[in-house]
Amino acid sequence: MAQVIPLSPRPATAMKLVCPAGTPPALKAAIDQGADDVYLGFKDETNARNFAGLNFDDRTIREGIEYAHRRNARVLVALNTYPQPGTWRKWQAAVDRAADLGADAIIVADAGLLAYAAKTHPQLRLHLSVQGSATSHEAINFYHERFGIQRAVLPRVLAVEQAEKVIARTPVEIEVFGFGSLSIMVEGRCALSSYATGESPNTHGGCSPAKAIRWQHSPEGLESRLGGVLIDRFGAEDHPGYPTLCRGRFVVNGDTYYPFEEPTSLNTLELLPTLAAMGVKAIKIEGRQRSPAYVETVTRVWREAIDECARAGDRFRVKPSWQEDLAQVSEGRQCTLGAYHRPWR
Amino acid sequence: MKLSLGPLLYYWPRERVMDFYREAEAWPVDSVYLGETVCSRRREMKMADWLAIGERLAAAGKEVVLSTHELIETDADLRTMHAVVDNGRFLVEANDMAAASRLAGRLPFVAGPFLNAYNAGTLALLAEMGATRWVPPIELSREGIRAVVDEAPAGIETEIFAFGRLPLAVSARCFTARYHNLQKDHCDFRCIDHPDGLALDTQDGQHFLVLNGVQTQSAQVQNLLPRLDETREAGATGLRVSPQSRGTGDVLRLFRDRLDGRIAPEAANDSLQPHLVAESCDGYWHGKPGLQFMKEVRP
Repeated sequence: MAQVIPLSPRPATAMKLVCPAGTPPALKAAIDQGADDVYLGFKDETNARNFAGLNFDDRTIREGIEYAHRRNARVLVALNTYPQPGTWRKWQAAVDRAADLGADAIIVADAGLLAYAAKTHPQLRLHLSVQGSATSHEAINFYHERFGIQRAVLPRVLAVEQAEKVIARTPVEIEVFGFGSLSIMVEGRCALSSYATGESPNTHGGCSPAKAIRWQHSPEGLESRLGGVLIDRFGAEDHPGYPTLCRGRFVVNGDTYYPFEEPTSLNTLELLPTLAAMGVKAIKIEGRQRSPAYVETVTRVWREAIDECARAGDRFRVKPSWQEDLAQVSEGRQCTLGAYHRPWR
Repeated sequence: MKLSLGPLLYYWPRERVMDFYREAEAWPVDSVYLGETVCSRRREMKMADWLAIGERLAAAGKEVVLSTHELIETDADLRTMHAVVDNGRFLVEANDMAAASRLAGRLPFVAGPFLNAYNAGTLALLAEMGATRWVPPIELSREGIRAVVDEAPAGIETEIFAFGRLPLAVSARCFTARYHNLQKDHCDFRCIDHPDGLALDTQDGQHFLVLNGVQTQSAQVQNLLPRLDETREAGATGLRVSPQSRGTGDVLRLFRDRLDGRIAPEAANDSLQPHLVAESCDGYWHGKPGLQFMKEVRP
């Protein structure tokens, strides 16, 4: 039986740390390392990480919730895709199921589903998913006034000064992404994946589905294809990454380059004091598709950093060891502040 | 079946925009959507210009709709959206929930394609807020649209994106500026050099996407002209044609002639060819990858 390390008391002002769990071992790793909230999904297209081998059934969710509650952590169920025509009842049933299982909150993108949840389960805490594409206080306040959402996850496209203005004008707790794979497009507003494969986060709960990927050797190098579309070619020196469309190399007027973004990971560790001062209530870690080892490392580092930030305030300094540990688990091997800081602006 | 001209998604010089809509006064189109929906840095056209165009189109018998931005980031974006919503004259197409909520309970509105109304539950909510028409997300198939329409509130109109390069994604980043090695806030307004967007190919030469500033579009042109009977069966009450740099009026005339039975399907498809800026696609319509194009039309 894994030893539970007693945690030092957390500063009351510390931002909540929201960590991903694709599997029960990842859930335990997150909670053992001090996550306040763990988010997970069912084994179907009602969540945006609908990948084989991931996610939870009723038994593992019940056990996960029990494990979390014994350690003062909470379990959030992500129902963050858009109910598709004709299968609307499946998403309604998923809301009922999450409520019956005792989830501490559900994370929802679809306005109709929020309406259903608010009406049917008035006691159930509602978080607005990043997939809901609410980029202004007016949009967020609408969801608050209509459905009583208590937290909203801000799309990663917003800069710090924009996020700050949103926070100042909403009673809703604001959660922002701190670390993980970075989407260059507005969440909930990207159909690139379905254009090539027929499946997207909005429609099927996944971007660039594994079954649509082909790796093949050619005279020009190792090729990655998505739905038959050539995403990138790699030489011996390259580090082939997962062929997500917006991280591919394409050709514009004869120039071959990354037209959308370099393959990097989001890492906002150095912005923690700024985020705390702005009134950000929760920091989200991306990566339900990642291993328990990833979750363990990232949760440990971010727990320490958030607590240190709450204690030290302006004297907060990022420890080199934190960055080294995070670099070990980053995709793309380099980190970026994403849109929070905009060198490209 | 009504025909509509969607909002201009590209950045053209002011005079060109003015000329385009002057011509549109004579086109066989029922509704015209006006306004900048893609990038707040595009300032060739002022609100007063759009309103003036709207007045002329209204005088020509068109229903005029002002469309809001698909992505609101700044206070300035919010003010722009407020000005559109509160224009006091024309119907509004809401393209984000902030706009829809400002319209809710005050004015009837069009629920735009970016509102993500994928199901009857969400459509019912939008209808309750005042939506009188919805434009399904581009990803929805004919079966999907039919399924939503079957459960939709009575009387709501359904307008399908029937022709044009598909707006697939939006970002805070500008990919046209990135191509030109410029920063977004100093972009030199380079979108103006690309009246149908900036073509992006795969490394093996497949035309794949088009960069349109912060928006990414399909390289292929969604083309439902061969599918008009199917759009009726799916419950469409209107078809949207998206503006392109040339031939937009000809495309609208072909749609109108087909709808009215004045031209045979084969002849319409042949006549369309010179007005296509790229290959056709209709994969989404069939529930397939969007870039596919089904050659066969079932009898």
